[in-house]
Amino acid sequence: MSAATVIQDRKPSAGGVNRTFLWIEIKRMLRNRRTIIFTVFMPAVFFFIFGLSNKDKLLPNGHSYGQYILISLTVYAAMTAATGAGSQVAVERAQGWSRQLRLTPLLPGAYIAVKALAALTLSLVAVVAQFAIGALAGVTMDAQTWLTAGLVAWLGSLVFAALGLFVGYLMPSQNVMQILGPALAILAMLGGLFMPIEVMGETFGNIAKFTPAYGIGQLARSPITGTFDWAWIVNVVLWLVIFVAGAAMAFRRDTKRV
Amino acid sequence: MTTTSVPAVHAAGLHKSFGKVYAVRGLDLTVQPGEVVAFLGPNGAGKTTTIDMILGLSAPDRGSVSIFGHTPRGAIARGQVAAVMQTGGLLRDISVRETVQLNAAMFDSSRPVDEVLARAGILEIADRKVEKCSGGQQQRLRFAMALVSDPGLLILDEPTTGMDVAGRRDFWSAIRADALRGRTVVFATHYLEEADAYADRIVLVRQGSIVADGTAAQIKNLASGRTVKASLPAIERGLLAGMPPVESMDYDGGRLTVRTGDSDAVVRYLLNNTGAHDVEVAANNLEEAFVALTGDDAAPESTSITFEGDLV
Repeated sequence: MSAATVIQDRKPSAGGVNRTFLWIEIKRMLRNRRTIIFTVFMPAVFFFIFGLSNKDKLLPNGHSYGQYILISLTVYAAMTAATGAGSQVAVERAQGWSRQLRLTPLLPGAYIAVKALAALTLSLVAVVAQFAIGALAGVTMDAQTWLTAGLVAWLGSLVFAALGLFVGYLMPSQNVMQILGPALAILAMLGGLFMPIEVMGETFGNIAKFTPAYGIGQLARSPITGTFDWAWIVNVVLWLVIFVAGAAMAFRRDTKRV
Repeated sequence: MTTTSVPAVHAAGLHKSFGKVYAVRGLDLTVQPGEVVAFLGPNGAGKTTTIDMILGLSAPDRGSVSIFGHTPRGAIARGQVAAVMQTGGLLRDISVRETVQLNAAMFDSSRPVDEVLARAGILEIADRKVEKCSGGQQQRLRFAMALVSDPGLLILDEPTTGMDVAGRRDFWSAIRADALRGRTVVFATHYLEEADAYADRIVLVRQGSIVADGTAAQIKNLASGRTVKASLPAIERGLLAGMPPVESMDYDGGRLTVRTGDSDAVVRYLLNNTGAHDVEVAANNLEEAFVALTGDDAAPESTSITFEGDLV
């Protein structure tokens, strides 16, 4: 009909998931001092306070408290990292960046995918940093345990990346992490990352089993506790579904309202 | 015009309200490729709301928009339209160059990053963090981002708000140079001088609809006629009231201001029948047309129009 209609679609390949986008996202996170404090510094301080003094006490099955606490705090570090990364959408919305992106062919799904990948990168940094600190402090585990616990803490953080996105799309706040930070600490406590579920008492112990950090913590520690329960997997999957659904809903609401 | 080309913008019957407030009511606009159009109106006239609908950032309650024959989303997916928004849309924690790189990564093909930085005049501050940039520099950055996809249509929403005079001039010379290459430009503004100086065509909006559309000269003619000013004793101020050519008049501080379609008759009467002195006659300028057509008390078909301000 006319010249104009000949112009082809110029959507980026993979909808916009590309190296430039991902690399700039990662650089942004690593430059952010607050992110590094939350994801590396604070869990490390917790480990020095709570972990070192009990490092060599033994669990009934012969593993040390040091291992137990290191893995728990690594899960905490990874979940904080991923939540923080996801919640950055709140800042980007406040700065009008999300709106700017709507003037490009970028697919919304690709944006979410890049955010998730960036969150996983940051949580990987958190896991490696935490393990390095633990190892330097003298915690020893066999390779299998390092690997399994690390992978669970790392990949499990995806649940919290979704939580971060959910809250990031829900709240307009520039300081979304100031609300999420304490909330994560409570979830970590309830999930048995700061103290074993067994010492919480029956009521809290039962509540704990339904909170989002519980499943990941139990799975990450299973190489040293030697136990496994499908309920943990169910816990992780359910919370992932809940947070992804919430994030998707909040995202739709956000892009509709202008 | 017997052009068969698809219009750059075709908006028909746009309506948009927010609660009980009508922002846009029944707006029709067609922009041909290559035109530089000013979307001129006072604050709150519905300019930004219209631009948001043209860009597909918000959906009209009624009416339709097409850009080069596509839906707004379709045109964006083809990189045919880009926009320079008034505020926001920048990440504070990355550099100028990174911002443009990031924007370029959203398209399958784009202009070289340094080229668009140079064309926007910000190549020398490419490594500066966005948060360290002045308002004018940030606006040129938004312009650079808009150039990345080499769009056929560029939309600017009050792009020079908050800039100083020099910054404004530099910004417009960059836009102007760019428009000479054939890009269609639609810009919203409430600065008359900008519309007069940079647009081929001015679309005047008031309370959500178009009240005038044409070249600057045509718009000036709409508020046709001349303004006659004279010093007049207070006692004689009412003498002109019944004269047919008088469209409106105003008396303030011993000075009479008459707007008329027949300035000769008014001047003749004043000089022959009153004690009028220091008579001035001037053609209406764009500012007066603007005030007349967009003022709060002006109705689109208004016949009684009062002018204020200095004559040119």
